[in-house]
Amino acid sequence: MAAPKIIVVGGGLAGLAAVIKIAEAGGTVDLFSIVPVKRSHSVCAQGGINAAKNLKGEGDTTAQHFDDTIYGGDFLANQTPVKGMCEAAPGIVDLLDRMGVPFNRTPEGLLDFRRFGGTLYHRTAFAGATTGQQLLYALDEQVRRYEAEGKVHKFEGWEFLSAVIDSRGIARGIVALDLRSMQLRSFAADAIILATGGIGAIFGKSTNSVVCTGSAQSAVFQQGVYYANGEFIQVHPTCIPGEDKLRLMSESARGEGGRVWVPRAPGDKRAVKAIPESERFYFLEEWYPKYGNLVPRDVATRAIHKVVYELGLGLDGQPMVYLDLTHIDRETLHHKLGGILEIYEKFVGVDPCVEPMKIFPGMHYTMGGLWVDFNQMTNIPGIFAAGECEYQYHGANRLGANSLVSCIFGGFHAGPNAIEYAKSVAAVEGDGGAATEVARQAEINGKLLKNEGGENPFKLWRELGKAMTEHATVIRHNNSLKQTDEKIVELLERYQRINLSDKSQWANTSFAFTRQLKNMLELSRTVVLGAMLRDESRGAHFKPEFPERDDERFLKTTKASFTGSLEGPRFEFEDVDVQYIKPRPRRYDAAK
Amino acid sequence: MATKTVTFEIKRQASPDAPDVWERFELDWRPGMNVVSAMMEIAANPVTADGKPTTPVTYDSNCLEEICGSCAMRINGRASMACSALVDNLDQPIRVEPLTKFPLVRDLQVDRSVLFENLMRVKAWVPVDGTYDLGSGPRVYPQQQEANYPLSNCISCTCCMEVCPQFNVTTGFVGAATIAQVKLFNNHPTGKVFKEDRLRALAGDGGVQECGYAQNCVKACPKQIPLTNAISDISRDVMVQKVKDWLKS
Repeated sequence: MAAPKIIVVGGGLAGLAAVIKIAEAGGTVDLFSIVPVKRSHSVCAQGGINAAKNLKGEGDTTAQHFDDTIYGGDFLANQTPVKGMCEAAPGIVDLLDRMGVPFNRTPEGLLDFRRFGGTLYHRTAFAGATTGQQLLYALDEQVRRYEAEGKVHKFEGWEFLSAVIDSRGIARGIVALDLRSMQLRSFAADAIILATGGIGAIFGKSTNSVVCTGSAQSAVFQQGVYYANGEFIQVHPTCIPGEDKLRLMSESARGEGGRVWVPRAPGDKRAVKAIPESERFYFLEEWYPKYGNLVPRDVATRAIHKVVYELGLGLDGQPMVYLDLTHIDRETLHHKLGGILEIYEKFVGVDPCVEPMKIFPGMHYTMGGLWVDFNQMTNIPGIFAAGECEYQYHGANRLGANSLVSCIFGGFHAGPNAIEYAKSVAAVEGDGGAATEVARQAEINGKLLKNEGGENPFKLWRELGKAMTEHATVIRHNNSLKQTDEKIVELLERYQRINLSDKSQWANTSFAFTRQLKNMLELSRTVVLGAMLRDESRGAHFKPEFPERDDERFLKTTKASFTGSLEGPRFEFEDVDVQYIKPRPRRYDAAK
Repeated sequence: MATKTVTFEIKRQASPDAPDVWERFELDWRPGMNVVSAMMEIAANPVTADGKPTTPVTYDSNCLEEICGSCAMRINGRASMACSALVDNLDQPIRVEPLTKFPLVRDLQVDRSVLFENLMRVKAWVPVDGTYDLGSGPRVYPQQQEANYPLSNCISCTCCMEVCPQFNVTTGFVGAATIAQVKLFNNHPTGKVFKEDRLRALAGDGGVQECGYAQNCVKACPKQIPLTNAISDISRDVMVQKVKDWLKS
């Protein structure tokens, strides 16, 4: 039998991790990515990667990492895969070290570790404050090595549009769009792995990169893959608000001693330095003495919201608080946080070593995603998923520095499992439905180009982002969620009247964006309606009307399936695997 | 009060064979505005300053925080990243053009795959035995890490290649970015197993000898990578390698 042929969609950490494992096992890979893979969103991860290597004499263990992750995720994650991830993490960090990642070092030449949110251990390995970039490059280099050996064929500048699914419901390949020639083409494979990241774009502005639209996830969702826990969206407490995006200010700033505060007096006009210690309100340290500034992100975000909107203590009346590093010496800051300080200075024009940064929460991470089983396969045979686009590792709230490890672990798992699957799947009959799927996509494209009407896709997108950010992020009310869903339905209807200002068939980026927009709209309904159904508060999902966690009704995975009807997706609930750690109340004002 | 506006002049070209035209745009000023947000604004309202309908501008972008390397273009004549190019720091009209040293795709989008091909030619990777668990990597002292980390910050934006007088079709010069990566991998305890191959790859035509020491690269680099240091170190190593190879032959 010929070597299995696997298609990987997405060239961030999860995708590249899968590619490496497949190539190593003798399979061949077609790797699809909208951008050159070295420019994938994983480069934006800053703070580090968690692994309980216990190199600081604290007695840290993988069991402790497992418990912190489950507890931080408010018990919503299935425990078996999370346990596997935490146990594999030290080996993954060692491997990255061997691949040449320039991790920060101790004087003895060993890996250095810092603290991150939601744990009391130094568990986070880091390369300055550009850890994601360094990790992605290491995997990119290994993939280039396999590319040189002919085991990997890259299709950069191609966008995934849909899976090819045969009459028996088995995935047989993909249809993709060449973003230059705008040519549609099908590609056959024994299995496909989606590693297409988060869905930040449905919130308009977020910390995510431009390509993080969730379009690929939505496309396969509309083809029958379940979408799980869509309502769980992480809002990162510390971002720099901007015109084009919200730029992340890493949790590592607090890991290295950064303190969040506001002046105690509302509207205090004094210069920062003129405000004495006693008149500064370090609210995270006061409210959460055990974890202080390193409470998990959902907790810190809600605290900032409370300070700004309930107590009226935002800086100068604006929705902003200080993140202060000025008490730490410049040398240390440069050594451990260089990359992010540079970002702040470049985009805001103020030196954060001298003046506290002004920050505010922003949409950051997608905990929910494509439903997968413990082998990373979705409910459609032959479609696998890994990384942020699937739902498995973070429950109701992701801990900082767990995303990089979950991406690599998920990719390492998906790759070999896809090969195993490919070896036993029944042979394809005919073209497996490829021609039909290409024709379906060509019809969608043709219709979009011929459309007449007065709607502009970028304006519709802004309206979607505004509604989603206002009503489906930090605080959720059922009535405004309902209005938001009505708004999305309205936008879907107006979508039919989009008139593209560019109808050309060469490198037409607004055409590609408009196709993504339809998928964003469909997927945003799973977020909003999933949130509406979940009448409790858990992790990042907070409803003032239902402020408590309700395990009896909602210790469940939400599973949405596409119906194509106006009512929106159909929802069902699945039991969570809690076989190792019994759910207990989650609180961060005392040691757990 | 009249709203403050910002004037852009953007070089447009519908395809590699099409003629180029300059289009002028007047946009409302906003605090913190950068060149990318201006492009987004034009996409939402694609009308020139003369009121003529046009198309959204094609350009590469992704992270918008100067770490993915996508959005390199010429802004007021300088090779820059469009995301970190703040409007308040730029003279108006802000003139935006594509990079000139790479094949044009459309408008501000060019094809920079030559850099990735060069990285393949010099084997810019650490040849690990496999991905199974083989324990920790080699010890690296903080001093070495501090020397290597800046080289590892290269975002492949190609600004250094755009501004280099020697980077052109005649010389076939690989450019500063690739040479800095050779230094990075030759420094690594495991990566240096390919040191000789990499130096030989940089020894012939298009190799490190093509550098004319204009030093434009180090000034243009948005990540302040010590490119000229890397070039002089690698020049020396290439020379030594040539002598060794000559003695052996």
